[in-house]
Parts: sequence; C-alpha cells; structure tokens
Amino acid sequence: MHYESPVRNPLILGDKSYSDITNDIAKPVESKAPRAWWIAFSIAFVMFLWGVGNILYTIGTGIGVWGLNKTVDWAWDITNFVWWVGIGHAGTLISAVLLLFRQKWRMAINRSAEAMTIFSVIQAGLFPLIHMGRIWMAYWVMPIPNQFGSLWVNFNSPLLWDVFAISTYLTVSTVFWYVGLIPDFAMIRDRAINPVQKHIYKLLSFGWGGKAKHWQRFEEVSLVLAGLATPLVLSVHTIVSFDFATSVIPGWHTTIFPPYFVAGAIFSGFAMVQTLLLIVRKIFKMEDYINIEHIEMMNIVIMVTGSIVGVAYITELFVAWYSGVEYEQYAFLNRATGPYWWAYWSMMTCNVFSPQLMWSKKLRTNLVFTFVISIVVNIGMWFERFVIIVTSIHRDYLPSSWSMFSPTFVDIGIYIGTIGFFFVLFLLYARTFPVIAQAELKTILKSSGENFKKHHDEHGAH
Amino acid sequence: MTENNKYWRGIEDQSNPELAEKLAQNEFSNEISQADFLGKDELAEGETSRRDFLKFMGFSTAAATLAACEAPIVESIPYVVKPDSLTPGVPNYYASVSYDGFDFASVLVKTREGRPIKIEPNNDAPFNGATNARVQASVLSLYDGARMQSPMVDGVAASWGDAMGAARALMTENSVLVSGSVISPALKTAISKLGLRHVSVDAVSQSARADVYESLTGRRGLPTVSLDKASTVVAVGADFLGDWGGENLMGAYAAARKPGEGMLRHIQVEAGLSLSGSNADARIKAKVSEYETVLAHIYNKVAAATGADKVAAPSVREEIASSVDNAAMELIQAGSGALLLNGLNSATAEKLTAKTNELLASASFNTTTLEYTSTGSDSDFNTLLADIKAGTVDTIITLDSNVLYFSAEIATVADKVNIISIADRADETTSKAKVALPLSHYLEAWTDAVPVDGVYAVGQPTISPLFDSKSAVEIVNGLAGGSESAIDLIKASASTTGNAKAWNALLHDGFASMPVVVIKHNVAPSIDLNGIKVGAAIEGIEFYTYTKAGMGAGSNANNPWVYELPDPISRLSWDNYLVMSAADAVALGVENYAQSNGAMNGNTVNITVNGETLENVPVWIQPGQTQGSVGLAVGFGRESVGKVGNGVGVNANTLLATSATYASAEIVATEVEHGFASVQLAHTMMGRKIVNEINLPMFLHGNPAKWNETPTFETHKGPLSAFETNLWDDHDHETSHMWNMSIDLNSCTGCGACVVACSLENNVPVVGKVEVRRHRDMHWLRIDRYYSSDMSEAVAEEEGIGAIEKYAKMEVPSESPSVVFQPVMCQHCNHAPCETVCPVGATVHSREGLNHMAYNRCIGTRYCANNCPYKVRRFNWFNYQANEKFTDVNPAQDDYGRMVLNPDVTVRARGVIEKCSLCIQRIQLGKLEAKKDGRMLTDGEFTTACAQACGSDAIVFGDVNNPSSEVSHLKQEARAYHLLEEVGTQPSIFYQTKVRNRA
Repeated sequence: MHYESPVRNPLILGDKSYSDITNDIAKPVESKAPRAWWIAFSIAFVMFLWGVGNILYTIGTGIGVWGLNKTVDWAWDITNFVWWVGIGHAGTLISAVLLLFRQKWRMAINRSAEAMTIFSVIQAGLFPLIHMGRIWMAYWVMPIPNQFGSLWVNFNSPLLWDVFAISTYLTVSTVFWYVGLIPDFAMIRDRAINPVQKHIYKLLSFGWGGKAKHWQRFEEVSLVLAGLATPLVLSVHTIVSFDFATSVIPGWHTTIFPPYFVAGAIFSGFAMVQTLLLIVRKIFKMEDYINIEHIEMMNIVIMVTGSIVGVAYITELFVAWYSGVEYEQYAFLNRATGPYWWAYWSMMTCNVFSPQLMWSKKLRTNLVFTFVISIVVNIGMWFERFVIIVTSIHRDYLPSSWSMFSPTFVDIGIYIGTIGFFFVLFLLYARTFPVIAQAELKTILKSSGENFKKHHDEHGAH
Repeated sequence: MTENNKYWRGIEDQSNPELAEKLAQNEFSNEISQADFLGKDELAEGETSRRDFLKFMGFSTAAATLAACEAPIVESIPYVVKPDSLTPGVPNYYASVSYDGFDFASVLVKTREGRPIKIEPNNDAPFNGATNARVQASVLSLYDGARMQSPMVDGVAASWGDAMGAARALMTENSVLVSGSVISPALKTAISKLGLRHVSVDAVSQSARADVYESLTGRRGLPTVSLDKASTVVAVGADFLGDWGGENLMGAYAAARKPGEGMLRHIQVEAGLSLSGSNADARIKAKVSEYETVLAHIYNKVAAATGADKVAAPSVREEIASSVDNAAMELIQAGSGALLLNGLNSATAEKLTAKTNELLASASFNTTTLEYTSTGSDSDFNTLLADIKAGTVDTIITLDSNVLYFSAEIATVADKVNIISIADRADETTSKAKVALPLSHYLEAWTDAVPVDGVYAVGQPTISPLFDSKSAVEIVNGLAGGSESAIDLIKASASTTGNAKAWNALLHDGFASMPVVVIKHNVAPSIDLNGIKVGAAIEGIEFYTYTKAGMGAGSNANNPWVYELPDPISRLSWDNYLVMSAADAVALGVENYAQSNGAMNGNTVNITVNGETLENVPVWIQPGQTQGSVGLAVGFGRESVGKVGNGVGVNANTLLATSATYASAEIVATEVEHGFASVQLAHTMMGRKIVNEINLPMFLHGNPAKWNETPTFETHKGPLSAFETNLWDDHDHETSHMWNMSIDLNSCTGCGACVVACSLENNVPVVGKVEVRRHRDMHWLRIDRYYSSDMSEAVAEEEGIGAIEKYAKMEVPSESPSVVFQPVMCQHCNHAPCETVCPVGATVHSREGLNHMAYNRCIGTRYCANNCPYKVRRFNWFNYQANEKFTDVNPAQDDYGRMVLNPDVTVRARGVIEKCSLCIQRIQLGKLEAKKDGRMLTDGEFTTACAQACGSDAIVFGDVNNPSSEVSHLKQEARAYHLLEEVGTQPSIFYQTKVRNRA
C-alpha cells in the first residue's frame, strides 16, 4: 500500500469506509431531488428556453437582430465562444494532466470538472454555428467530399482549425470522461432497485464486472486517453487564439496569444470548477471529499495562472510601445483610455488584481471569499475576450470606419440561454451521474484518508 | 460423327418445352388491358383486394402530391417577333437629356430588355456630359410606385379626355401657368400657343443674378465659366462644384487643378462648408449676409488697382479682412487668369462680381455664352402672389413645379385659386389641385433643350410610360388645343432650331450645335455700378438655405438613393439639419454625442425666421461653419411625396421667401433629442498617413521619396518594401490581365456620383435610416471625409504632450479644417487578409488581380470583414428584399422598383458578405466582346461604374499589364501610393497624393 507523508493533509475527511464512500456518492442519484435542485433547474430551464427562442429568432430573421455593424462584425458571439471554450479547459487539465503528474487530489473533482468541460464546450460550439449568416450551410466547414466540383474547405483559415480543434477536444474529453464513469455506473447498477434504472445503468456500464482484467484495461485506457488529452489542453485554446493572432488587426495580431490564451483558459476553468463544486459539496454534503485542501489547491492554480495572464497583459502593452507601430500603440492606448476603458479596467481588476489576494492563506482557505473570487474571475475573463475582440476592431486602421458596439436583447438573451443550457445539463448530470469518481477515490482512502492517517500516526506502520 | 448436343435454357425447357416456347413468345404478357381491367363491371361489385387498394391509394397520393408540387407561374410573355434592336442579355444605349429644373445632363440611358436601368454620362456632349449623384439616382424615380397612375379630376381617376376637358374648363384669360425654368424650345412653343401668362420660378432661385445678365444681353441666363483659362478663382458663396449654376464644372475644375506649374489656385469665401469650400486651397469663413461686403471689398481693391471708381460699402469684419485683402491681391496678380464667382441671389453681389471680372479682363468669366437652366424670375412670381392675393387670378396651372412645397407664400393663398397640376405625383401642390395631369418621367418622354447658348439637345423616351402619363410638351400643347404627338412636336422644334444634324443623327448623339440667338448684344457691355447699395451684415444669427449633394432642389425626394447617399461633408444620410458652428452650439447649449452603439444623437432647436417657427430642428455641429450663421438644406420635410420621403427632415422653405436666401433668425434650444444616421464617427486621420497630402511647392521642388515615402521593413537584405517582403507565394500577375485602379485624391471632389452609380450598377441594397444609424450602410464604395485637426504629431512633440492627451485632441477637428475626400472600395489586395481567413474559400483571388466574392459559397462568418484593414466588406444583416422593416425604403421590395435591378448582378441573400467586385460583370462582358471579335482588349473599352460616373476623372480603371494603358502610366506617377501599404496587402487599387496649391 502506498504510503503518504503525514505532512500532507488528508484528502478524505472523517471516519470513512469504502461503503461510506459508496453510500455518500450514490446518494444524490438514489434519493429524491431536493427542493433547491428543482428551483435551480426551473430557473436554468427558463433561461435555456429564452436562449432557444432568441437563437430561433436570429436564425429566422438574420444576424441583424444582434448589435453588430459593418466595423464590429464579431462581439458577444465570439466573446461567449472563447469564454465557454476557456471554461472548458479545467476539466481535461485536471483529469489528464494531473493524472499524468499523479496528483491524487484531482480524484475528488475530476468527474465534475470534466462534466463542466463537456457542457461548456457544447455551449461554446453553439456560437460558431449560430454566428453564421447562413447556418443551414454550416456543414460546408467540414472537409467532406461533395458534388460542387473540386470545392474544398480553406485549410489556411483559423476558423477551420477551430472546427477541428473543438470537435477533437469534445470527442476526446467525452470518451475520457465516459471511460472513467464505467466503474461508477456499474456501482449504481449494482445498487439499483428500480428495474428501469437498473437497466439503464446496466447499459451505461458496458458490462463492467470489476475483474482484475477490467481494472487493468481501465487503467491503461485512462492513461492512454490522458496522454491524448494532454496536448489538447494546450492545442485547443492555442488554436482559438489563432483566430486573432493570425489576423492583421492591431490588438489581434499578437504572437503571445497562444500561451496567454491557454493560461487564461485554465484560469477561468478553475474558477468555474470552484464555483460549481462549492455549490455541489454544500448541497450534496460532500464536504468530506471536496475539502479545504482541494479548494486551496485550486486557488493556488487560479493565483498562478492569473499572474501569468497579468504578465501577458503587461507584455502586450510593452510590445505595443516597443514595436513602434502607431496602429498597435493606438490600439492598446484606446483599450485603456478609449470609450471601452471600463471594460479594460474591469478585466484588469478582476483578472490581475483580485487573484493576487490568494497569496494570503487565510483568504484562499476562506470558502465565501473563494466563491466570490471564482465568480469575479469569470466576469473578468469574459471582459478579457470582449476587450480583445471589440476594442480591437471597433477602432482599427481607418478612422473613417471606427464604430461602437452595443448588445441588443438578443445578444444578451443568447448568452443567458447558454448559461441556462449549461446549468440544465449540469443539474441533470448532478442528479444522475456519480459526481465524484468514487472508484478512483477509494484507491486513496488507505493512504490519504483522515482516519487512516490518524491510525497510522497512532500505531505506526504495520 | 459429331454429336448434336442439346442445351436447355432451364429445367422448365426440358420438362415442358411447349410451355417454355409459349412463354418465350409472349415475353411481354399483357393479358389484361387497362380498359378491361377498369371497365369490368364486376370490379365495382367485387371486393377490392388489399393489393388493389394499395395501388389506388398509391396512385392517388402520388398524383395529389405531384399536382401540389406545381411550380409557380411567373407571367412572362416571349416576343412573337423579336425586335431587331433587342437581344435579351445585351444592353441598348440611348442618348437623352435629363432636366428637372435644377440639374441638366446629357446622358446615355442603358436599357436592358426594354427597361432603363442605368444613367451613364454622354461623354461626347458639349455641355454637361457628366452625371452627378442626383442624375445617377434619377433612374430609380422612374420606377416610383408613388407616381400618379392616371389623370385625376377632383381627386378621382379620370380619362385623359375628361381631365383635359376639366382643365380647359377651368382656364380663362386670368389663368397663369407656373413652371420652373423652361429650356425646351418645343415646350416654349407650346406655352406660347397656350397664350396664358407664364410665370417661371425656381425652387432654388438664381433670379437676381439672371436679372443682371438679362438687362445686359437681353437673354435671361447665367454666365458660363472656362476654368481652363483661369489661374486663380475666388468664389464667394458660389458652390460651383455643387449647386452654383447649371454648368457641371467638375471635369474642368479637376483638369485645371492638375498638380504642376499653373495649377489653379482656389479661394473660397463661404458661410457653410460646401463641396467647393472643402476642395479649396484657402477658405475664408464669412456669413452669407457678409458676401456683399466681401465682394465690394474685393471690387474696391481691384478698382483701386485698375483705376476704376470704388463703391461705398460697410467694412469687412476684422477677422477676415486681411484674408479677403489677400484674395483680392491674388486676383489682381492673376490678371486675365482671375475669376471671381458669386453665389448669392443678389443683383448687387452679381454686379460687383461681373464688374470685378470685367476690370480684370477675366478670360474665364463668360457673359456672352449663357446657360439657361436657372432662369426663373422672382419678381414675376412676387407679382403673381400679389395678383392672387388681389383675386385677379382664377386658376394656376403648375407645370412640374411644386410651388406649394417650396414657396410658403403661395401655400397660404392657394385657396384663392383653382389649381391644375401637371406633375409626376400627388405632391403637396397636386394634392390640392382640381385637375391633376400625370407627367411622364424624362425616361418616358420626348423633350428637347437649349441648356446653353449654341447647344441643342433632345431627350427621347426609353420605355413606354409605365403609367397613364404624358410628356410636358404634349400636355401643354393639348391644353392649348393641339393634338400633335410629342415626337411630332419635338421633330418640329428640332427643325426650327437650326441645328446641323439630321433627325436620326440627332437622336443618336443626343445633341447638336445650333446658332446662338442674339437678342441684344453678343458682347457684354460694361456693367454699371451706379446707385449700387451694398447691404450690411446681419448682427446675431443668420439663417440660410442650401442644397445637399444628394437631394438637390428635391425633385427626387421619394428616391431612396438620394437619402441613403451620405452627405459628402457631414456624412449624414436620411436627414436635413441645422448646420451650426461649435461656438454657436456651445452658446445655445446644444450638443452632438454618440450612443453606446455608435449612433449619433443631437439636440434640437426651435428656429424662428420672420415670425415663422420651425420646431425641433436637429442641430449638427459642423467644423468650418461660420460663427453666427446656420444653414438648413432644402428638399426635405415632404408631406406627400411617397413612402420613402414623407416625413424625412424638415421643410426649410417655410422660413424664407422664395426670393430670399438668408434672413436673421432666433434660435432656442429644446429638450427633444434627435437621432442622426451618421456613417462616420471619427472625423480626423489621427495623425496617420491615410490621405497623403502635400502643398504645391513640395510637389514641384521636393523629393518624391520624401513626400511620398514608401514604408519599408528592416530585413537581413536591408530595408525592403511591403511588396518585396512577404510570407506568401505571389499570385501570377504577368500571364493575363491585371486590373488596377487609380484614384486621384486631387481630382476627387467628394460629390458622391460614384457612390450612387456603384449602388445602381451593383444592386446594392438600401437599408434605411435605422440601419444606417447603426453603421450598417451597405455601400460598396464610400467616400471617407477627414478634417484636419489642430493637434498633430509635430505639435505634440513641440509642446511635450503625452500620447493619451495627444490622441484625445487629435480626435477633435479643427474649427477651420482642411478637408480631404477619399473614395474607398475593396482594394483588391493581392495578399488579401480576407482570403486566408474564410473557412470555406468563399472569397478567393483571381489571376487578374481581383478579389472575388462567391456569394453562393459564403456561410457568413464575417471573419473576412473583421480582418479587412479597409473595412469595405458589407454583410447582409437581413433579407433586405423581403424583410418588412425595409418595405418603405428598399426598391427591390416593390414590383416597380425591382425593375431597376441590374440583371447582370446577383441580388445577395441574407447572411452573405458582399463587396466591390470592380464591376466584374463589365470586365467579363468586355472580355467576351473582344474574344468574339478575336482581338485584344483596348484600354478604356469598358470601365467600372464609379470610374464612368466620375465627372472629374479621378478614378481610372484598366489593365496594368497593358503598357500603353492610362492606369499603367498612372501607377508610375510620383504621386501614386497604396493605402496602408505597410500592412502588406498589396492592393490593386492605388491613390494619387493630394496636392494643395498653397505654400
């Protein structure tokens, strides 16, 4: 049995047995939904329907129902797209990269983090579709053989790279997530009393038998998929950043975008994981599994990536000055002092200044503070994308074409709709899926469990 | 012995050969014929089997489905016998003339399948062969569904016979015919045949000026000018590139302003910023009421220099006195090259001007050859007003003259007379008329014209009248009792004018020369300044009216193109507004400010002139506007012109008497907010090299490498230009044609003719005020206008101003700005940023240097539009051809309006990007014609719509791979540069540096 130093804080609190873990994690699936869940679900569902209505209105009438104009041809659509993709980064990072680095604390959070990833990538994927003027021709971005002669997609276009990057990411994340779910589905299947439920989980668990061979394959597949998913963590947001970095627009044409975008994505992803898990652990009483230790770890990641993002912002300013390009200089000056100064300074405050408070251990272990910061960070990251997209194109090369952007109710409605859609999916997930990877968690009970550690301290190694 | 082997085709063949044989012979068995099957009586009685039931049901379902799928029937009737002159798909051109009382142009009308779709300049014509924005737009007025569809008597549709009878019944010897200026000899003949008193009055009056020349020469007209003989022109309130006279001076001005020795020097004295003022080398801000004193001052200087008598005049305002002195000195130095122009409708001003030119022996001010497009008489009109008031007039017949709109005085007494209105629509006058006689559009009518001494022109119909209308000459002749057809009247007129051409040649050319009919003198006698009284300037705020480049006097007031065209100066469309200086605006407490979506809003004022008040007039703060002077454009504020124009703007004519151009005004700010449709939010170049502009001495003596510096990049090979350093493989630009376009910023006057021409040629959708306000105008070609700012890089460096403050101040235009215009369309980059980013390859490069846009392939990601440094790509935000929001403004939503669409150009669907194609349809047609003839293309054989419409030849299009083409020479010019060359886009469009004739 693996031994863990007593210096490390326990990852599972309380006097837990394997059976306790099973019971605790299966409970939300097996019990009736609490009132709070129904309230939250109703709100999310209404938001979702409002979003669907606005999307249908857009498709039926034209993109003109948004606030865009001849100069600002992307605004909330692509802001939301990048924001959701960014949020979708934490899940894979937690489950794949931390798996490779053998970080055991990931086990309590990887399931939900990856669920969040998949659901947010679904939201993200909506925007490139609905922002098209002719969504009914959307399949033309796929390199499929066609009857249009030698007509093919344009492999030079970063937007096409996006298509591949996002779809690959969604596929791999989903498979990875699902593989991890198989033993846990089997656990619920074995406990299910209701025959319908039992049958469904039976199908979902792919005939898992818990044999040694099964476990061995499970471990191998997890490792292989983790290896596959790891480069995706870096590639997806790198490619998203190419949408801007390969353009000629001052403020977009920036070579540091790939690392800067990846850091920002992890930053916002962890913040979103914090937001969700702080609620989940409270409602489903899982404080013993997702404890202060986990929250502090994630806060440290937020602090570090927030600092990277801050350095990137300052580097951009420096390069603008150092380049001597008047358009570039003006673009950055305009961000900070132009008509959208409030967006820029909201971004700076939320993303650069607020995470620095995490240097204080007292603050980063404070649940209320963490919750507030996690939301602040995501507000800041939304503004970051808005600042990059809108403040760069609203005043580019020719002053004659300078313009402004203001969202219409449809822009706002679609954004709200995706938040609703996201929570509809997440709330359904929380009721029907084991929200913690209990099979994995059980492997560390005997090394990182509080009772075990205490026992070890008292009696020494046997 | 060989065995006779037997082969069977199957087991049946062997076991039962007879049956097999029988079956083989009856391969296509048809034992039960359909008739038998359906006719069998027992079928009705017998049970229908399940199979039969399914058969019947299947058949009937299929039949019903097929019947429901019937394609919609579009009524189109082919020719039984095709007319010789008409080949579907091939345009026909007819020479004609366009005259609406304000603009005269000799035009070529392009017709397709029998319908006119485009007005093109008649370049061979000796007078006004160029087309301006209004003439370009006028073709759409033909297809205006708001036109009167039949004669009306007391508001009820009537036949021509009844209506003419009703009209004649109303006419007595006390009836008066009211019209605008009449330049048609045939119409004049018809009018004299009518035998009624004829009062001619123009919506934009030049009457006092015409009076001066009438008393001089006996001919009522206005002087023409020969800018080619001028070296210095001082124009006082004369917007000679706009509405000053009937003569289109764009081409002559551009030619005289070619940079080099002897370039025309232009000084403009004016109240509001006009097209001429914005093109001038120096501009002096004077109130309209100061024009007379300015002219008197210039005259006195010239008189002092030439020894003539001075006139008594109030002194010129101190702030501008020295500038006016300088202008006078420059005129004196120019000698016979001097030219002084006056735009004020005042005999005093015109006499001073003519006398100054006379003293200087100006070779370019021509009082012997007059033009006749504005010959209305205010005094005749005032007499008529008095007579109406006195009750001595019983009926007025208005001939294409909407007097109740442009004259507030007659509107108040109109109840005292019967009105017979000859007009194209139920406008403000016609809707009050007892009898309304529909007038044909000029594209449906026969007409002739003597616009200027020595030129006779004919206008021919290019389509049968769409509605039950007739031409002016036919109606008036009919009222006079004649029954000749319009063509006979014009033929008769043509034969009497002594023109040199036969009828067919005349029709083909559209014009002919004719002898000048001299009534008094052919040589202008000296002007007598005795008793001249120079008026003093108005203290406080003065109000004046002016015309806009799109609207003009207002004859196209239901034409969406004239509204959608942004004003070249203010860059506002779909409005008129009070132009006001910043100082006056501050004093009144009114502002212009941008909304969060970039739409401009502003405060409104109540303005009172001579006791008449216009309420809630929006104020636009105009750089270059003279303090104490506010202007309002005419032609707007229509009540019954049609769905497009009704209720747009306010009617400026209600404030001033028809003969007046300015008056003292009182202005009070109101609480009401107004939304403008502004297409340009930033008005300065922010210190960037966008319009390259230098002064003449620099051009003559400076090093082009300095004043037209090519941006370079430091590389390991040393500094290289953007054309020499790139990441991409170059396209092949040698093998085939390489279409390039040169735009001369020195020649471009900003008039907007190209914008309208482009829109018509390329079916660019009209989107209306709400959308333009949101910066969603669809123009493929726009004319950017920049003002100079008092802040510049040099000033900032000198005064040690930081970047933030510098840029903030650079955004503010100067109070007396230099103005530049820059037409910008797709630059057809040879390394196009749009092409790389399109995920589906909808925009691709051609071998001929063009950037193509495949609408069918576009999925509308708009990435290309974002990545375009020139921001020339336009997205179809809505289905402009069907969306109800655009029903009132978009001609393509109207059965008539749709007829103006160019069949050679796709009407774009919702959700796709569109942009300038360099008129690819014209290029392809030209190439095909050359190919059919088996010859090489010649330079200038075809050109783009914008280049064709440009009256000042600022735009030149051609093949740079043809070494003898004009554009290839222009590419070698020292002034040539590419817009944003440093971005590395390698555009196919290039610009020529603007040169101002000042030190």
